[in-house]
Amino acid sequence: MQQFIQLVVAGLATGAIYALVAVGFMLIWQTSQTINFAQGEFVMVPAFFALAAMKFGGLSFGASLLLALVVSVVLLGFVFKFVIVNPMLKHGVLPLVVSTLALSIFLKEAVKESYSAEAQPFPVLWSAGDVDVLGMAVSSQSLVILAVAIIVVTGLQFFLNRTRMGRCMQATAQNPAVARILGIPIERMVLLTFVINAGLVAIASFLISPIYLAKFTNGETLGQVAFIAAIVGGFNQVRGAIAGGLILGVVDNLSAVYLSAQYRSAIPLFMLIGVILFRPEGLLGRRTERTI
Amino acid sequence: MKWIKNACAAGIVAAAACANAQDVNLPLVVELTGPGAVSGTNWRDGALMAIDEVNAKGGIMGHKIVTSVSDTQSNPGVSRAQVQKAIDGEPYAILGPIFSGSVKVNMILAQQAEIPQFSGGEAAELTQQGNPYFFRTSFGQHAVMPRIANYFADTLKVKTVAMVWVNNDFGKGGRDGFLKAAAARGLKVVADISTEQGQVDFAADVVKVKNSKADALLVYLNEEESARVLREARKQAVSIPIIGETNLLSQKVIELAGDAANGVKGYVSLSTEIPVPAVQDFRAKFQKRFNYLPDHNALKGYMAVYTVKYATQKQGKLDRKLLAKTMHGLTISPNDEPGILLETTWDDKGDIDRVSFLGEVRNGKQVIVQTLPKLGAGK
Repeated sequence: MQQFIQLVVAGLATGAIYALVAVGFMLIWQTSQTINFAQGEFVMVPAFFALAAMKFGGLSFGASLLLALVVSVVLLGFVFKFVIVNPMLKHGVLPLVVSTLALSIFLKEAVKESYSAEAQPFPVLWSAGDVDVLGMAVSSQSLVILAVAIIVVTGLQFFLNRTRMGRCMQATAQNPAVARILGIPIERMVLLTFVINAGLVAIASFLISPIYLAKFTNGETLGQVAFIAAIVGGFNQVRGAIAGGLILGVVDNLSAVYLSAQYRSAIPLFMLIGVILFRPEGLLGRRTERTI
Repeated sequence: MKWIKNACAAGIVAAAACANAQDVNLPLVVELTGPGAVSGTNWRDGALMAIDEVNAKGGIMGHKIVTSVSDTQSNPGVSRAQVQKAIDGEPYAILGPIFSGSVKVNMILAQQAEIPQFSGGEAAELTQQGNPYFFRTSFGQHAVMPRIANYFADTLKVKTVAMVWVNNDFGKGGRDGFLKAAAARGLKVVADISTEQGQVDFAADVVKVKNSKADALLVYLNEEESARVLREARKQAVSIPIIGETNLLSQKVIELAGDAANGVKGYVSLSTEIPVPAVQDFRAKFQKRFNYLPDHNALKGYMAVYTVKYATQKQGKLDRKLLAKTMHGLTISPNDEPGILLETTWDDKGDIDRVSFLGEVRNGKQVIVQTLPKLGAGK
């Protein structure tokens, strides 16, 4: 039983990071019909911004994280929106998908060539150790990751549901034409989702890189997992993307121990197939509604 | 048709100009991207440093060494294509690759072309296939695993061991070798945990280790995965001794794992930390030139070049078939060839013998605590 609970806690911690990425994935799809296949690379890049700030700028770890967050918001939010999404979106979803695929390759190769092809150590946000929870030893780092993810997602939910700007974003996602008639600046709302996505991937990057190590290939796994998590949970609901991420994290850990370590990476794909066949709207998604 | 003839003639002249028959062609086929990037990059830089040194002193018997660098992408299929490409360039010998899975699928090409291949692969089976053109630059697992089992039984005096290994040719060979050696020493392997090459999340694997109640943990993975498992073990406060071999105690793993590497112990077949002045000089020169600390793979690449140089000088002519014959049973001492750094002997299968070490990581540095003698002597 102790092993099961430890696996679930570790899985929730990793799953919470997947959830952050999946939420960002879902947000920009809902507001701008942008399927961002460079989302995994978006998670990989901020860690390198922070490492570069420490290595070349001589900044402290905390200051580097802050700078990396700002640079991520600018490059992965504003620049991505204006330089890639806006020009391509008018040609339909497919050219944009191809553009994001090209962007993912560009980001990967750019990091490989400009920084390193080798994995890089990334400092941990919290010192290691076990915490006694109901008589069981649980990793304190897992709990910190989980706590950070919960705070971020709760803050996002509060923003979307309890603030005027969040409700404007919801209206933009549900019906852009009506939202425009009501005077909502939908371009600004769409831009805001890109900025939020950039913030989410940067936080995910800072949480996952101490575990994965910072490496140019990290986005391959993360992008795939986030995409599957968003579909499994429900592509049109924030709560769906969160549930999808958490489920994938836990299932991955449990399947590695109780089913097969060799086939653990196939389990999410089986889940994806199952959801597509039997509940295409996702576990928590709704059949017709578009909302965030 | 005249322009075709002219073009062909021009091509032939150009090809002849590029491939100077007086040069010694030593192509490097190594892992520069993918999970083996750390190993391959070190090997490449070590070899390039040796090539520059040899050329600066007049080359091999007056012949300049030329080289090319090909990336296997840590992929056996790509490595096979790269070795074929290298063979097409009529090399004197091929240096690399390092990953045993890649070596396994491309060594046959070098053998068929009768080209000596110097590799960093450690899987036991590589030298058990009767390939007279294959030569190791480090110990095979069949030599390493019994020593690790001895370390558990004699030094740590433990009874049960958990083992985390990577599911590739390197890992499977190590795992099979250790199970055999452990059984011979009365050790019980209570957790036999297979992981994937390039795996990034080891949370579940470390939970399994913790719940196995093993007395000690053996980590047998490639560098990046070793660092990730050490970080995860630290994260989950694993308190049993963590033991490994050369990879686990390598400079790169220490750098990647940070504090989590402290306390790791094990058997080191080759290291840039060993207390030998020539090795320390190499380390300093390497760091000065490449601006990073080398690991054992840099030593392997460096020594491979000097091995080719010495053996060629010994046989007196640039004959690659003869080079393979010369290598069998050869012992190179630093007195005869300073670039070899440590006295090394190759047997009739291409396996090596030299001194080895027990080490541990203290305060972010590998410390050698004991030197183990050579197993036997060559000619």
